[in-house]
Amino acid sequence: MTEAATSPEPTVAISASGLTRRFGDLVAVNQLDLTVPRGTIYGFLGPNGCGKSTAIRLLTGLLEPSAGEVTVLGQLLRGHEEALKSRIGYMTQKFSLYDNLSVLENLRFVAAIYGVRGQKGRDRIDELLQQYGLEHRCQQLAGTMSGGQKQRLALACATLHQPELLFLDEPTSAVDPQNRRDFWEQLFDLSAAGTTILVSTHYMDEAERCHRLAIMEHGFKRADGTPRELMQSMGATVIEVSGDGLRQLKQQLTVQTAVISASQAGSRLRVLVKDEQRDPLGLLQPFCGAHQLEIVRPSLEDVFVTCTGGRHVG
Amino acid sequence: MWARLLAIITKELKQLARDRMTFGMIVMIPLLQLMLFGYAINTDVRHVPAGVVDLSQSSYSRALLQALSASQVVDFTHNYSSATAAERAITNGEVKAVLYLPADFGERLVNHPAFDSHRERSALTRPVAQWLVDGSDTMVAATIRALRTMPLDELADRSVNAVVPTFEVVEYFNPEQRSVVNIVPGLLAVILTMTMIMFTSAAIVREREHGNMEFLIATPVKPLELMLGKIIPYVLVGLIQVTIILCVGHWVFAVPVRGGLDSLLLASLLFICASLTLGLVISTIAQTQLQAMQMTVFVLMPSILLSGFMFPYEAMPSAAQWIAEALPATHFMRMVRGVVLRQAEVMSLGEDALWLLGFTCIGVLIASKRFHKRLG
Ligand SMILES: Nc1ncnc2c1ncn2[C@@H]1O[C@H](COP(=O)(O)OP(=O)(O)O)[C@@H](O)[C@H]1O
Ligand SMILES: [Mg+2]
Repeated sequence: MTEAATSPEPTVAISASGLTRRFGDLVAVNQLDLTVPRGTIYGFLGPNGCGKSTAIRLLTGLLEPSAGEVTVLGQLLRGHEEALKSRIGYMTQKFSLYDNLSVLENLRFVAAIYGVRGQKGRDRIDELLQQYGLEHRCQQLAGTMSGGQKQRLALACATLHQPELLFLDEPTSAVDPQNRRDFWEQLFDLSAAGTTILVSTHYMDEAERCHRLAIMEHGFKRADGTPRELMQSMGATVIEVSGDGLRQLKQQLTVQTAVISASQAGSRLRVLVKDEQRDPLGLLQPFCGAHQLEIVRPSLEDVFVTCTGGRHVG
Repeated sequence: MWARLLAIITKELKQLARDRMTFGMIVMIPLLQLMLFGYAINTDVRHVPAGVVDLSQSSYSRALLQALSASQVVDFTHNYSSATAAERAITNGEVKAVLYLPADFGERLVNHPAFDSHRERSALTRPVAQWLVDGSDTMVAATIRALRTMPLDELADRSVNAVVPTFEVVEYFNPEQRSVVNIVPGLLAVILTMTMIMFTSAAIVREREHGNMEFLIATPVKPLELMLGKIIPYVLVGLIQVTIILCVGHWVFAVPVRGGLDSLLLASLLFICASLTLGLVISTIAQTQLQAMQMTVFVLMPSILLSGFMFPYEAMPSAAQWIAEALPATHFMRMVRGVVLRQAEVMSLGEDALWLLGFTCIGVLIASKRFHKRLG
């Protein structure tokens, strides 16, 4: 079928070093080093325009890197893009199937393109229709479906040929919360079956579900690791302040150099204080006479805010 | 390879069948163009609106007017009293031409050698009358000019065969000299150029604009499969159009198809493929559907003007002939007129056939080479 991997059953699905892509003066992906272990769900977390899509396109061979090397599934990407294409699946950020073809026609087209033929192809399509709850929509034109249905069809098409490695570019951006939860169940099923998944997102709760993730900003990878590692080693203390007059308090605190950010959530103010500050509670005490202070467990959002120096909070 | 090609062709056909607008165009473009060129744009000038200034008011002058009307070249719709009034009428566009019959018309006629062939040409011989013509319309002017040597025997009540022409002209293939007989096969070339290039020039760009391309190039599909898959469905469309044009030409305009249908089919197929690949090459260059459309027009204009459809190829300056040679439409025009009007075999038009075949192969190669499975 395809050329055999150079090393038997490598434990690393993707490894990239110094991966860079420029568009004119803009550096969309800057010196990205990446290691994605096989069988994991790996997340790219970052705001819009941070280079997630560009990084995925570089890793799938759709864009040529300005610098850097990528090895995918044990094979050098450069020069082997075509051979690798039958081993990877790619779900684009924008719906990229045919609006004026029906669900079934789209699936049949994709099956033929990947060479999943005959009875095997028909069985696979039936399986996918059932798995993604599209049996009753076989004849519906893809363009007339809802965001969640389109997303399920796109996932079905991207996994039709049972790829070893699956790229998903913001798969849940047009989908409601319930559908998002179901979608992640399906990703865990795929992962359990041995598929390595690289998924980009700007939702914290989704990022938290990944085995490992990379936090990206302005084309740079700011941090990576498991969500737990990231939270433990984030280099800041999270203090929740509760009481009245939080708006003024927030203003006073954010000008302190040791305070990374302060953001309000209901009747509480969540303050991130740098770890260089020996006594974070002592720092805040003078400002909050009548308020209650409590050190809490950091969330992934706190990690993100710390990594990006508080530049991406409202 | 074949399964993937088949899948792409099936997909294109299904999309085409669901695109009512495009589907309508496939049928409407040939019909509309046939009606326009067949009826409205008629280069056989007949029934030119004309006026008369008859100062002689004789039985001879009435006989001349009758003879002219009978020829159907002019329709005398107005009478004017003087040459000045006639000039004004031409300026206003009331009539295209005015026949001025002087007061001594009868005398001039009798002295004219065309009226009385025994009479020698003498100093007294003068034209019997004068035509005032709106020369801004060259087609009308040329038609009236052709009346200069009209025989006058009829007026003298003699049988018409008295004049012995210098040359005898035998018209093969289009004895009535109707221009529609020449236009309909030519339209085949123009309509196919227009629709074939238009359909495929949008083919790749459209998928890019709709975002389908990003998924497609991430699959193992090969550029050649994609290119062929985009062309083949439209070959069918082209053949449907050829059928429409020839049927309407035959039933409505009585244009005969003299050559064999197999020759015609082969010539059409070659030209359809050449035009489709040209469109495909455009599609790999254009960034948007609008650009693709502009480039289509850029090719279409010279194809209409230089291919021999509008003006005879032989009469064009050599620079224009060079450009014309590069256009598939020119080669097809030659072939199709040969086959439809002169009963030629495609094999006797081998050079043009080979040229189209070569154009197609090179076009497909260029398009597949130019099409990279990359973004940006
Ligand atoms: N083809 C391109 N040409 C020029 N600039 C691009 C192109 N693709 C992406 N960019 C730029 O690169 C940056 C990263 O874009 P992208 O990877 O799409 O971000 P994300 O997917 O994280 O939202 C953006 O500033 C974007 O404008
Ligand atoms: Mg993106």
